[in-house]
Amino acid sequence: MSRGRLVTALLVLAVVALFALPLALDGGASEYAGTDSAATAAIEESGYTPWFESVFSPSSAEVESGLFALQAALGGGVLGYVLGRLRGRRAAREQAAPPDAP
Amino acid sequence: MHIAEGFLPAPHAVGWTVAAAPFVVHGARAVVREVREHPESTLLLGAAGAFTFVLSAIKLPSVTGSSSHPTGTGAGAVLFRPPVMALLGTVVLLFQALLLAHGGLTTLGANAFAFAVVGPWAGYGAYRLTRALGAGLLPGVFVALALADLATYVTTSLQLALAFPDAASGVLGAAGKFLGVFALTQVPLAVGEGLLGVLLFRVLTVNARPELERLGVLRPAAAAEPAEEAR
Repeated sequence: MSRGRLVTALLVLAVVALFALPLALDGGASEYAGTDSAATAAIEESGYTPWFESVFSPSSAEVESGLFALQAALGGGVLGYVLGRLRGRRAAREQAAPPDAP
Repeated sequence: MHIAEGFLPAPHAVGWTVAAAPFVVHGARAVVREVREHPESTLLLGAAGAFTFVLSAIKLPSVTGSSSHPTGTGAGAVLFRPPVMALLGTVVLLFQALLLAHGGLTTLGANAFAFAVVGPWAGYGAYRLTRALGAGLLPGVFVALALADLATYVTTSLQLALAFPDAASGVLGAAGKFLGVFALTQVPLAVGEGLLGVLLFRVLTVNARPELERLGVLRPAAAAEPAEEAR
């Protein structure tokens, strides 16, 4: 079990490092603009004008980031709920029967 | 990978919508069938959808100096096969198109084709191949999630190249340009997504063993030894 925990900790650390290192290493030289907007900028440079507007656009960057946070929170909440239920189910089953029973 | 609203010429927008629609309809049927025949799958289906929902909301910095988001579609493709993700992925894209002005209705078809069709199938194909070569579940999951992520962005690049060929170098030149924007940035993100998938499946193999065995992801083991956990 402790080996399993170590592997989990290392995996989490690797993920964090993977995204923290680019930020730390270049010392604020990059803006980290989104690739989606880079692509639209490249297209607009070629003289193309979009022919359809979004039905609804968040009125400010704050509202937009709030809605993105809402999306992440909904997903994270549901994921946490499911994993918690599955874990509780296993715990209940192990309590009802000895761990090695079929 | 979101092509912005109105940023595909109408014939392309219609073409990709027609191409994606059968996959999404088939996916919707697959989800309904799964829930009807195996109501106990609903929890895991929720987890697969939620995983895509979180990951596609989070924009992460990459070594190239720009940022992008993972896709998370590989996890559901491994668990329930790709058709299910055609529906779940499209739902995510629709949410973002309507509420976040991210992607769009006219580009929903093209985005769904990249995100909810090509990504899951590429990831699932890579998963089956690694498993067939004798690798365990977790390496298979890593490859599946990383490749689903990367394949989505490659598809978006090619879709844009087809719609906006370079004046001098044509579709190929444009493909190089858009791949330069999307694909390189995506490599570290794809690796990170693969690692997150391994974390998720480590939890699932312990806590959702009966479901994983029924879905054929784990081989039914008479005695579950810790060493066998990752098979």
